[in-house]
Amino acid sequence: MSAPAVCFHCGLPVPAGGRWSARLLGEVRQFCCAGCAAVAQTIAAGGFSSYYETRTAPAERAAALSPAAIYDEPLAQKQFAWESGPGEAGATLVLERVRCSACLWLIEQTLRAVPGVRSAVVNYATHRAQVTWDRAATRPSALIEAIRRVGYDAAPFDPAREDARERAAQRQGLWRLFVAGFGAMQVMMYAFPAYIDEGAGTLSRESESLMRWAGLLLTLPVIAFASGPFFEGAWRELKRLRPDLDTPIAIGIAAGFVASAWATLVGEGPVYFDSIAMLVFLLLGARFLESSARRRATRSLDRLARWSPSFAIRLAQDGGTRKIPAHELGRGDRVLVPPGERVPADGRVESGRSSVDESLLTGESRPVAKGPGAALVGGSVNREQPLVMRVERAGSGARAAVLARLVEAAAATRPRLVAGADRLASALTRVVLAAAMAAGLWHRDFWIAATVLVVACPCALALAAPIALTAATGQLAARGVALTRTAALEALERATDIVLDKTGTLTEGRFRVARVHVLARSSEAQCRALARALEASSRHPLAEAFAAGPQGPAVSEPVNVPGQGIEARVEGVRLRIGTEAFCRELCAHPPPPFALPEAAFTPVFLAGEEAFLAVFLLEDEPRPEAAAAVRALKGAGLRVHLLSGDAAKVAARVGARLGIETCTGEATPAAKLAYVARLQSEGRVVAMVGDGLNDAPVLARADVSFAMGAGADAAQLHSDFVLTGNALGEVPATLALARRAMRIVRQNFAWALAYNAIALPLAAAGLIGPFEAAVGMTASSFVVVLNALRVGRAREQPWKASSSSSLSPSRSFS
Amino acid sequence: MESLVLLVPLSVALVFLIGALFWRALQGGQFDDLERPGIDVLSDDR
Repeated sequence: MSAPAVCFHCGLPVPAGGRWSARLLGEVRQFCCAGCAAVAQTIAAGGFSSYYETRTAPAERAAALSPAAIYDEPLAQKQFAWESGPGEAGATLVLERVRCSACLWLIEQTLRAVPGVRSAVVNYATHRAQVTWDRAATRPSALIEAIRRVGYDAAPFDPAREDARERAAQRQGLWRLFVAGFGAMQVMMYAFPAYIDEGAGTLSRESESLMRWAGLLLTLPVIAFASGPFFEGAWRELKRLRPDLDTPIAIGIAAGFVASAWATLVGEGPVYFDSIAMLVFLLLGARFLESSARRRATRSLDRLARWSPSFAIRLAQDGGTRKIPAHELGRGDRVLVPPGERVPADGRVESGRSSVDESLLTGESRPVAKGPGAALVGGSVNREQPLVMRVERAGSGARAAVLARLVEAAAATRPRLVAGADRLASALTRVVLAAAMAAGLWHRDFWIAATVLVVACPCALALAAPIALTAATGQLAARGVALTRTAALEALERATDIVLDKTGTLTEGRFRVARVHVLARSSEAQCRALARALEASSRHPLAEAFAAGPQGPAVSEPVNVPGQGIEARVEGVRLRIGTEAFCRELCAHPPPPFALPEAAFTPVFLAGEEAFLAVFLLEDEPRPEAAAAVRALKGAGLRVHLLSGDAAKVAARVGARLGIETCTGEATPAAKLAYVARLQSEGRVVAMVGDGLNDAPVLARADVSFAMGAGADAAQLHSDFVLTGNALGEVPATLALARRAMRIVRQNFAWALAYNAIALPLAAAGLIGPFEAAVGMTASSFVVVLNALRVGRAREQPWKASSSSSLSPSRSFS
Repeated sequence: MESLVLLVPLSVALVFLIGALFWRALQGGQFDDLERPGIDVLSDDR
């Protein structure tokens, strides 16, 4: 039997009886869907087929996206674009759905081929494009549409994010590293003759003095410039009277340098310029590696840096309205906030009643009711009714502050184990400072004090966890998993249960209407049209199934009840679409009996006040990798649960197909929350995988959570991991990685503590010289760093083999 | 031994010269995107 055909573009299996194919690169290729086929043909027609030869990862499946016309509004352009010349505009685009470098090449070529584009340069490291275009010849939406036609997405970069400052910081880090590294190498050359001579007298006094002066001269920039971060850190710690890691390093470097410089000046005593410069270089190197790994890891979270339309509707005195950019608002302005829109600034409600989603700011996912006089926070979302507000604190600051807070919050959380280690390192620092002073006074030798400072600095302890976690984050990012909360790795390691949502998680969430049972006298086409009209306002995956139906009539007052359905008025008649229970609340008469077929269909009911009109049977296939992923999770010792808002029968059927024993259907968001809470009260540690808007609360409640990248933004903001590649198979892989990473963190801690326990007494006893101290300190740090890098080494995909050793639930090290 | 009097200062000067060159390259943006050059060689149209 031949292997099942996979889509030439995205690598997903081609459905049986595949209908899409095209001639590409001299052969007929199969595609999984019309979208992928269209993208591939566009790429070939543009003359960029070599993309398929140079890429190292399959592309993402083509998807329909919201229109880009919003970016053409002059008001919008004023916010994200700049004048780059007469009649010319420039902007930075954040590129999305990028899988490998060939994608970036393809995007650059595509942009350059758009008529009116003057220049386009893609930065491969940051996944951003700098574009300039002729204002008269093209529009921003044309650029974005061109990128979408080849299967990617792009959005203008929010200039409030200060790309330039980030770049300057990176350049300065590299420059410091170079100064320290190059300085250290040269200083070592000057120190070398003295090491060879070892007091044998073959080195003349003049030559030795010359070498020392040269060493002093080159150590000077290393101390004065490259060591800046350590001195700044020590100064900050000193001001707070809380000595931390930077204090002993700074004192050690400064003291060593001053003493060596003095010895050079008077021509007597030992010099250790080489040890000092090498120490600075190695410490800076570790920091630089860590920060660049972190930058790379957070790149997948760039959605936060997208410029998004932030307009406000200002009410004039005469009652008229004007649309203005949010940052032009001033204190005291009256603003209309339509339902579904973001509150543009901080202020108070003047009139109207509604509920507001403040989950972005508070993490509380339940909407908060707001009436006249209630405070509104910029960045929250108005959900139901229009509100008129009076601005109190205005400005673009509102939204930018929200984003900054989110990113900070993500970076600030640390596993408990790591937080404990930091406290220990901080305490150890004080011990080291005291021990250095005591040893120096006892031996009456300045060098012993300096040696203790350097050798016993708990740097390895401080590096042990961050570098392993950063390596894990980077490895996850490469796999298409974005980590938004580092502490989640520890929680994931401890997880005992995993709860999977069905729609959009275990299945692809691409429903189609398989069958329609008409229950009243209207025709099938009429029912489909009504269903389409009702579902038009919904973002639920079920709603998309109806988008293919005939054009529907206009609806008014749509009300979306999450997990249940939608109610709206069509030509004055109240209609509901959704679960059977939801429709029964409206319609007193039960639906006439009909035979529900055997297959795993999801029924959606359509009812008026008088009668049930129709039942639509939707079907949704499990993801191809779902069964293997479930097997791997069970193999890793987790209890797997399926929790779905769909009918219990459907949930049970999908569960049985994938080998999940505990399946629960008809779960409302509240029921899902209660389910997870009950597991937690039994002492289980729960991981949750979901995708939809109504999963957001339960994702926030679970100990550790995964959101699908194709899911709602709200779900992603509440979760710890975002599967940007939408591959469910990465969940067991992430679990294995988390276990490995935490094991390595523990090994590192054990090593660092053992090193300090041995080195400190030896140095205090005067048995170690400054040179050995520098070597020992950096060697201990290097062991930790190298061990941490093992996290990223395993390239195999453990979920493919159900009995992989790295998945075994034992924790060999503690 | 006399040669050292010349060579050591010369090496110090060389260090500063190389440092200055690196500084120029850094500010010129040569290290801003280290992934691109590796890919550029694969595409012949530029």
